[in-house]
Amino acid sequence: MYIQIENLTKVFYEANKKPFVVLSDINLTIKKSEFICIIGPSGCGKTALLNILGGFVPPTNGRVLIDGEEVKKPSSRYVSIFQDYKLLPWRTVRKNIELGLENKKLSRAQINEIVDAQIHAVGLSGFENYMPATISGGMKQRVSIARALAVEPDILFMDEPFGALDSVTKETMQLNLKQLLSSKPGGTTVIFITHDVDEAVFLADRILVMSAKPGKINNIIEVDLPQPTMKYTRSFNAVRDNVIKEMAAVSHK
Amino acid sequence: MSYLKRFLSFSASILILVVVWQAVVTFGQQPEFLMPSPGRVAIALWELFTDGWLFGHVWVSFVRFIIGYIAACALAMFLGVIFGWFSTLWRIVEPIVLLLKPISPIAWLPFIMLWFGIGDAPAIFTIAMASFFPMLLATVLAINSVSTSYMNVAANFGLTRFQILYKIVLPASFPKLVQGLHSALTAAWIFLVAGELMGTSEGLGFLINDARQNLRSDLIMAGIVLIGTIGYVFDRFLTLVEKYVSKKWGGG
Ligand SMILES: Nc1ncnc2c1ncn2[C@@H]1O[C@H](COP(=O)(O)OP(=O)(O)O)[C@@H](O)[C@H]1O
Ligand SMILES: [Mg+2]
Repeated sequence: MYIQIENLTKVFYEANKKPFVVLSDINLTIKKSEFICIIGPSGCGKTALLNILGGFVPPTNGRVLIDGEEVKKPSSRYVSIFQDYKLLPWRTVRKNIELGLENKKLSRAQINEIVDAQIHAVGLSGFENYMPATISGGMKQRVSIARALAVEPDILFMDEPFGALDSVTKETMQLNLKQLLSSKPGGTTVIFITHDVDEAVFLADRILVMSAKPGKINNIIEVDLPQPTMKYTRSFNAVRDNVIKEMAAVSHK
Repeated sequence: MSYLKRFLSFSASILILVVVWQAVVTFGQQPEFLMPSPGRVAIALWELFTDGWLFGHVWVSFVRFIIGYIAACALAMFLGVIFGWFSTLWRIVEPIVLLLKPISPIAWLPFIMLWFGIGDAPAIFTIAMASFFPMLLATVLAINSVSTSYMNVAANFGLTRFQILYKIVLPASFPKLVQGLHSALTAAWIFLVAGELMGTSEGLGFLINDARQNLRSDLIMAGIVLIGTIGYVFDRFLTLVEKYVSKKWGGG
């Protein structure tokens, strides 16, 4: 299996030193090029899980293997994308997208070529020299996606990336993301946190429904809809109802 | 606030100051020497201006200030980046800094005069010392308070430690460094006169001291008004720079 999560437990210590089990004994395997959505009540440990997968935070127990190797620190082979974009405000759009390429052994011309292609792919042509503070949230998220894709990562970890966007922008971004991923040879594995059920059903191959206190994977729903996926078809709605039912079950526990 | 409103409130504030000052002079019943009136001081300022002395004194003090301030801030930023980056080193150096920091630059003046003689050196050194510690501490703090989310992005894209320093940490701390420059300036300006009181023949400190010896309290007060005014202008200017920088740097 490509990503293996084995007996993963995370304990945080609160201000009063009381231990707090955020994630309890998570086990999961993910195939290469799979698109996984994680959905669950807020505070159930979704972000904590993603931060461990990304190598930013060590687990308390258990381990994560990617391609057979234990994750110990971040790597540009798996890039994280966040709701608040985390662009560098002192760099232009273009310079932000360049960030991950600058320490690779690439010539200026090669870097420019990759960046131009990314800017074009995410629809930011004409905004190359804008500063992050002067563009909209949707555009910032495009920059952060372009910055990630520029290094051709094998895995994308996305933490509610479209959560702060208006619904029209969000629709566009979902379609755009699908296109971007399908055009990469070899495919990209994605783990995508959302609290939008429609988004999860539209994007995912499998949806993990998590429950809180302690954070656990409660259910895994296979999506398996005819491609290209269309929202609100009968089969789409059937999966969606199933997810909502599972989520309701989790929140009433 | 509109410019007009700002101008009006500023004028009102100066007017109140002058009125209170004049009231103290009028009702205080003190000899003119102990408390010169605003009118007298205005005349003294005008005298200084027409004699051509005003510009000379201000310029000399200004140059001393700038040299001391810039040299100290440059050194403080250089050391601050090193101390901020190597936290073990800072743990060793911090107690020394905190021990030296509360000592007034004026306490060192006798030594400075012994080591460097009189003239420009004590003035420059006093300013430098007054700027150095606030700037050093501001720099260390700025380097240490770079948001972990920037550090995570850097780690994610595989930047080396040195790249993290100059591509992430330095630009990320830039607004805080500007804030530090501002507070160091305010702290140092207070000591402008102190180093000029002895053994100099030019500068605002000399002006005040010379006026004291000649029993010209109107000139003393004129010197005080000048120091206050220039300090105010500096402060406003850096406030604007600070605002501009944090606006330009914010919202990533
Ligand atoms: N560094 C931390 N220290 C202590 N508690 C934390 C820390 N980070 C997150 N938590 C707690 O862990 C729980 C799960 O957080 P998170 O993973 O952010 O949830 P989610 O992303 O599912 O909303 C929350 O209750 C949160 O308060
Ligand atoms: Mg979260």
